[in-house]
Amino acid sequence: MSESRMVGSSRLSGTMLAALGWAAALLMFFPVFWMVLTAFKHERDAFTSPPKFLFEPTLEQFDAVLSGGLESALLNSLWSTVGSTVLVVALALPAAYALSIRPVEKWTDVLFFFLSTRMLPVVGAIVPIYIIARDIGMLDNIWTLVVLYTAMNLPIAVWMLRSFMSEVPTEVLEAARVDGATLPQEARKVLFPMIAPGIAATALICVIFAWNEFFLAVTLTAVRAQTVPVYLVGFITSEGAFWARLSAAATLAAVPVLLCGWVAQRYLVRGLTLGAIK
Amino acid sequence: MATTATSAPRTLGRRRQTSSLSQERRRRRGPLLPALIFTIIVTQLPFIVTLVYSFFSWNLLRPGSREFAWFENYQEVLTGSRTWHALLVTVMLTVGAVLASVLVGLACALLVDRKFLGRGVCRTLLIAPFLIMPAAASLLWKTTMLNPVFGIVNWVLSPLGVGDVDWASSYPLFTIILVETWHWAPFMMLILLGGLQSQDRSVLEAARVDGATAVQSFRFLTLPHLRQFIELGVVLGSIYLVQTFDSIFMITQGGPGTATTNLPFELYQTAFRSFDVGEAAALGVIVVILTIIIATYALRVISRLFTDPVVASRVLDVSAYRRNEEVAA
Repeated sequence: MSESRMVGSSRLSGTMLAALGWAAALLMFFPVFWMVLTAFKHERDAFTSPPKFLFEPTLEQFDAVLSGGLESALLNSLWSTVGSTVLVVALALPAAYALSIRPVEKWTDVLFFFLSTRMLPVVGAIVPIYIIARDIGMLDNIWTLVVLYTAMNLPIAVWMLRSFMSEVPTEVLEAARVDGATLPQEARKVLFPMIAPGIAATALICVIFAWNEFFLAVTLTAVRAQTVPVYLVGFITSEGAFWARLSAAATLAAVPVLLCGWVAQRYLVRGLTLGAIK
Repeated sequence: MATTATSAPRTLGRRRQTSSLSQERRRRRGPLLPALIFTIIVTQLPFIVTLVYSFFSWNLLRPGSREFAWFENYQEVLTGSRTWHALLVTVMLTVGAVLASVLVGLACALLVDRKFLGRGVCRTLLIAPFLIMPAAASLLWKTTMLNPVFGIVNWVLSPLGVGDVDWASSYPLFTIILVETWHWAPFMMLILLGGLQSQDRSVLEAARVDGATAVQSFRFLTLPHLRQFIELGVVLGSIYLVQTFDSIFMITQGGPGTATTNLPFELYQTAFRSFDVGEAAALGVIVVILTIIIATYALRVISRLFTDPVVASRVLDVSAYRRNEEVAA
């Protein structure tokens, strides 16, 4: 009797906790949902009290922002993101190898040096970066962002790739070596295929950080090389009238990374803690 | 290497061994160098240059104004009330947002750690705030969410008697903390979920059999186990939140007045609105020192996580250590 009552009450509290879990998820997600919903509104439906949940959807805002400069900003964001991510992976793969599979001496020191560079605030470096970029004519140039985003993401990539590589069983690599594989062969034919999901996850996390970066972009680019977040600055002053348009721009800005993040979900925590937690 | 040592005369063998050892060292170092050199040039040199600039009186609006000024900039920066106020805002913002996001993150982590229908979907929805471009999210919070008249937050709160509150100008710091907490809570949740999933379930089961309530086993088993994960979340969160810039730029522009001007935004204004290189550099040095204090602690926390055998065996990759020990032996 008392046994069954206990089971009953624990099932009830179980249902309640599940409902709470759903409530928390929906509450946290609501601003994202509201952004996407507003993006499909006419301006007259966006700016109402009480807010409208039902309305006649339109794609007009997407057209307006894309032809109003967002398209070139999206392309700039794409270049800086893809360029820096390719560079990051190219630099981090060999470095991670030298910190895990055949480690250099004092490899932990090197690893923590990389980590410490990620922790130093970029505001501490921005003044000379701006002046050097100005003096060599690299202001408002997308390559400046490519180089800086590479430096920004390199520590994360090194830590992540190292943690993936150190999970590869040594025997497999030894077998390849015994079979006479040279180091590049061993890396290309055996190691990289084995950690391919890890490389993909690392790249996705670098994409997230590069795409969303704002401080360097707003200080170092203007019109020609402006990325998406810099484009959005234009909405600060014109906020009064264009909520639907702003939402459409924000949706286009946010969705690529949201998808990358959801795909890399399983590895996200490893990237965020620099490989400290699996 | 072993065959060389046995077949060749002893002295020759040893010499060859040392030379092949240094060769091996160089070969191992090779793949590391490009990344290491790139990082040193792009991330370390600017800090040194910042330090140098901080001793110069130099304003970009006054050509030819660049001269050595000893500690003038530091004196200027440290005696003005602006810096101290910005420091206070930085501390309040960081502490407030870190605490709030750890609490919200912990609650979310505990809720989705249990099995229930749609748990995967909930987890996916919960990480979204961390992925949305902060600049875009900040603008939306400022407008469609928190606008005094047409914002949805005031509409939802209106049955509770909340009128047309202008959040961004009446409670500017609270607004920034709210937006940052929304952004960082998923980050904390992910770290704490990692911690919860590394907990030994049989211990919890044993406690339940022994008659411990859910609250008791959380208080005496789960929380102590989570301690180092909370620490990790707090230190990483602090490092990033000290640098908060996007939401301040987009929502309040440091205002009203200087109510939300934190150190990074103060530096931005000094460097890119008044173009005072020297003072901005001095501010930069101060921010770096502040961060180093937190980062030193952070590195200690991470390296403890990294070497703690109990945690390591369950969460971390120990194989690298084992391999390194083999190499050393």
